[in-house]
Amino acid sequence: MSSAGSLDSTGETRIRDLGERVGRLMKADPRSLSIIRAREIGIYGLLILCGLFSLLVTAAILFVLVSETINFFRFDDVTLSNFLGSTKWDPLLGNPKSFGIWALICGTMLVTVIAMIIALPLGLITAVYLSEYAPKRVRSTLKPVLEILAGVPTVVYGFFALMTITPILQWMHKGFDIYNATSAGIAVGILCFPTVCSLAEDALQAVPRALREAAYGLGGTRFDVSVKVVVPAALSGIISAFLLAIARAVGETMIVALAAGSLPQATIDPRDQVQTMTGFMVQMAGGDVSNYETEYYSMYAVAFTLFIITLTLTMIGNLVRRQFREAYE
Amino acid sequence: MSERSPIDNATIRDGKSRVNLDERFKWLCIGVATFSVLILVGLLTSILVQGLPNLSWTLLTGVPEPDAKEAGIRPAIFGTLWVCSICALVTLPIGIATAILLEEYRPKNAVGRFLYSVIQLNITNLAGVPSVVYGILGLTAFVNMFGFFQADRDGGHPEIGVTYYDQFFSEGERAILVRVDNANSPPTQLTPDTAAMDVDFRPVTVVLLKPTDALPAEEDREYAILDDAEPGRINKKAWYYFSLPFGRGVLTGALTLMLVVLPVIIISAQESLRAVPASLRAGALGLGATPWQVVWNVTLPSAIPGIMTGSILAMSRAIGETAPILIIAGIVYISRTPQNLMDSFTVMPLQIYNWISKPQEEFRGIAAAGIILLLGILLSFNAVAVLIRQKLQKPLS
Amino acid sequence: MKPSANSTDEFVMSENQMDDIHDRVVLPAPSVKASGPETQSPTAIRLRNLNAWYGDFQALWGVTLDIPANRVTSFIGPSGCGKSTLLRWFNRMNDTIPSAKATGDVRLGDTDLLARATDVVDLRRRIGIVFQRPNPFPKSIFDNVAFGPRLHMRMNKSQLHDIVEWSLRKAAVWEEVKDRLHAPALGLSGGQQQRLCIARAIAVGPEVLLMDEPCSALDPASTLAIEDLIFELRKQYTIVIVTHNMQQAARCSDQTAFFFEGKLIEAGPTTGVFTKPAKKQTEDYVSGKFG
Repeated sequence: MSSAGSLDSTGETRIRDLGERVGRLMKADPRSLSIIRAREIGIYGLLILCGLFSLLVTAAILFVLVSETINFFRFDDVTLSNFLGSTKWDPLLGNPKSFGIWALICGTMLVTVIAMIIALPLGLITAVYLSEYAPKRVRSTLKPVLEILAGVPTVVYGFFALMTITPILQWMHKGFDIYNATSAGIAVGILCFPTVCSLAEDALQAVPRALREAAYGLGGTRFDVSVKVVVPAALSGIISAFLLAIARAVGETMIVALAAGSLPQATIDPRDQVQTMTGFMVQMAGGDVSNYETEYYSMYAVAFTLFIITLTLTMIGNLVRRQFREAYE
Repeated sequence: MSERSPIDNATIRDGKSRVNLDERFKWLCIGVATFSVLILVGLLTSILVQGLPNLSWTLLTGVPEPDAKEAGIRPAIFGTLWVCSICALVTLPIGIATAILLEEYRPKNAVGRFLYSVIQLNITNLAGVPSVVYGILGLTAFVNMFGFFQADRDGGHPEIGVTYYDQFFSEGERAILVRVDNANSPPTQLTPDTAAMDVDFRPVTVVLLKPTDALPAEEDREYAILDDAEPGRINKKAWYYFSLPFGRGVLTGALTLMLVVLPVIIISAQESLRAVPASLRAGALGLGATPWQVVWNVTLPSAIPGIMTGSILAMSRAIGETAPILIIAGIVYISRTPQNLMDSFTVMPLQIYNWISKPQEEFRGIAAAGIILLLGILLSFNAVAVLIRQKLQKPLS
Repeated sequence: MKPSANSTDEFVMSENQMDDIHDRVVLPAPSVKASGPETQSPTAIRLRNLNAWYGDFQALWGVTLDIPANRVTSFIGPSGCGKSTLLRWFNRMNDTIPSAKATGDVRLGDTDLLARATDVVDLRRRIGIVFQRPNPFPKSIFDNVAFGPRLHMRMNKSQLHDIVEWSLRKAAVWEEVKDRLHAPALGLSGGQQQRLCIARAIAVGPEVLLMDEPCSALDPASTLAIEDLIFELRKQYTIVIVTHNMQQAARCSDQTAFFFEGKLIEAGPTTGVFTKPAKKQTEDYVSGKFG
């Protein structure tokens, strides 16, 4: 081999050959360029179709729910005033049949309120602890625990509610039915608690360090800094976490199907059996309902109501969260 | 020398009370955190206590039986396998493609940006829709297909991969099969020319008997049939059987789960793509790469570990979903593993739900055992995801 | 106290007057502060042999220094020389960093600043701090200034109002905010926010005011306003200011301490350090040979 800087003839030839070959490669072939361009456009089209697919899903949900709900209201048994005004939901056996949605909404609300009483305070306090107090070791143990709690399938929570929570409740106070709203509410609360905690912790972490330093510099204790500066600064993020958790609790199905009961009643007594909107849908789908009667369509009407409620909560929650992010970035 | 300030009028209070409050709050926090760990421990313990005694080979290999001691979860395991693999097959391409569209192909004009923000907002909202609602959508869109393809008088619904037979029983208690054209053909009238087969589809010759004839001898009764015998209609489906509407089969389950899981996959894939530094893309673009070439050769390979982790976590959520499957499948008694895409099926969480809902106490025990299996599968999924995250995570810049 | 309007070619700073803005801005080289006889002032903070670490890395080596009361002391030196670290040990801000530790004797009067037993909460009332980037809380202007008093003091509403007004006046920002005390603090300009942070710090009545490069994030006009303010405030507080900007140190401070790689190289009256530095390193730094 020749040393750098001086080329013998074989080196020169080699470079010349390479140069010719590379030169030919480097000249852009107009035909292959147009192939590439066509491929780019084709791929872009495919991607756009996939993007539109998600819009299609929403459109399909709305179409199905709205049209079948309209069909529901076409039945003679069903009137809007009864639907929105009555608290008696008796679609199968009632005489006359009553389709007052408030019975189911009450059931959902009761379970949700109980769940939020557990999930919101516990979640926020744990989030403050993780964000402001916990040493690294504790964080690295606690966060996986919370992830596991969040990943447990809801049937398992339903089982836990039925087999463990309900007996404990009954042992504490005789008034609890086997199926009751509290047991389901507690289990839903445990389910939502990791969600609240992780979203609230994200919000707290987004608060810039400089604010904490200013508060420490003024002689605040960790409590002062966390509660008087960081939490208020992260408030909209925390609120969005609450809203999203409420939406999750409202939409929860299997826990309430297993533990809350199947008796729709508008009650505020947490010891009573209730039926939630989701529980009713499961009952309809799993039961022996002859197709295309009022009961079948009532499932769609309930689904539509549920969809509206969760969509409102989710949309507000996401908008607040986006606004919060923009404030800190 | 210092001037009088209003601060001199105020009394300084002892900071001790604030420090004490801080300590007490810290202990409150620790208490709450411990409580949450205890809940998890309690949950797992109660499941293990009730489930471990019932964990057996019978459970793993058997089929659901009325007797709890004999019951097994094998059809549900296979059902989960079928449904979740098909779901993954369908969801991952669409989800990752949508994420690529939203992250890598940002439009510059106002209309495009509006459309993108609509799509983005839509996806975040879809992530919050309860899974039951997706079940309802699946019921209408996939099971019934909006009412198209209803079985009508003569056509039946479109299907391939199935053959229909009329089944006769001979005097010798043998089953004789005669092929028919489709599900709605009129019952076969037996003639001497009818092409008959036995259950192994070997041709046999049938001996027709008139009702008034005497029964032949024992050895000759095998293929002797009364000529006015009425058949039952059966079908044999190949593995590639496909029909419209999809009905309550595996494909419907997979597509419905796709609806549930798609927003989650899109959001997590977006985050993985966002984590790829802009400098890498800029480098590729500067060399004259087209947008797709940048994505395919630079961005996607760097984002793959994150996308894989996110997808595995999303699929592990799909494995645990009960409500949408319940809506589309109903409460059914499934004793076989699925044989084709349209076959009825059950999934593990649904089987567990069935067992819990049974009034008998013994079924609670095997339900708990089933839960242990389910949690075991989920744990291994999550472990794989974490492993991937650790092993494949390379520094990107 | 407004600066007088006489413009002179030489930058002369006496106890009561500062020079024309034009000269101060355009100055090409560190200027000299003509000093009258230094009035002796007691020591506010006394450091003896302070060593500090971040984990295994030693950030400060045997620093011994006296910070005089009611004077402005500036810490100068190149990046990473430890001046900010030292500042943050005065009010134990480094407690928020788990790997930070320090040994030595640092006293504010009789209080040992480094001892574990010291009430850090009260210490930070007596030693206030202003940071490099203005960091007002996302609350109203009033609530920002009232935050400290509400923590540390017992007073009624009118007393609190007096304290807030007094602090904002001392920080020379009252006129600009008096009509919008309950408007969000984040709506103010950068310079106003920094003066708000100064008001917030003095509202608890500290003895010492620490300032960590308080003007580095501000435009020149705001910088000058704050330098005027520092000059005013030294009558009531001991001020320690960390600065990258040597002209600023020369303009504002009575004492200067020069640090390099964690060691205190030289400390003394500002005029001396800039015009007749004792160490060669000091001379190289102030004449711009490095840093």
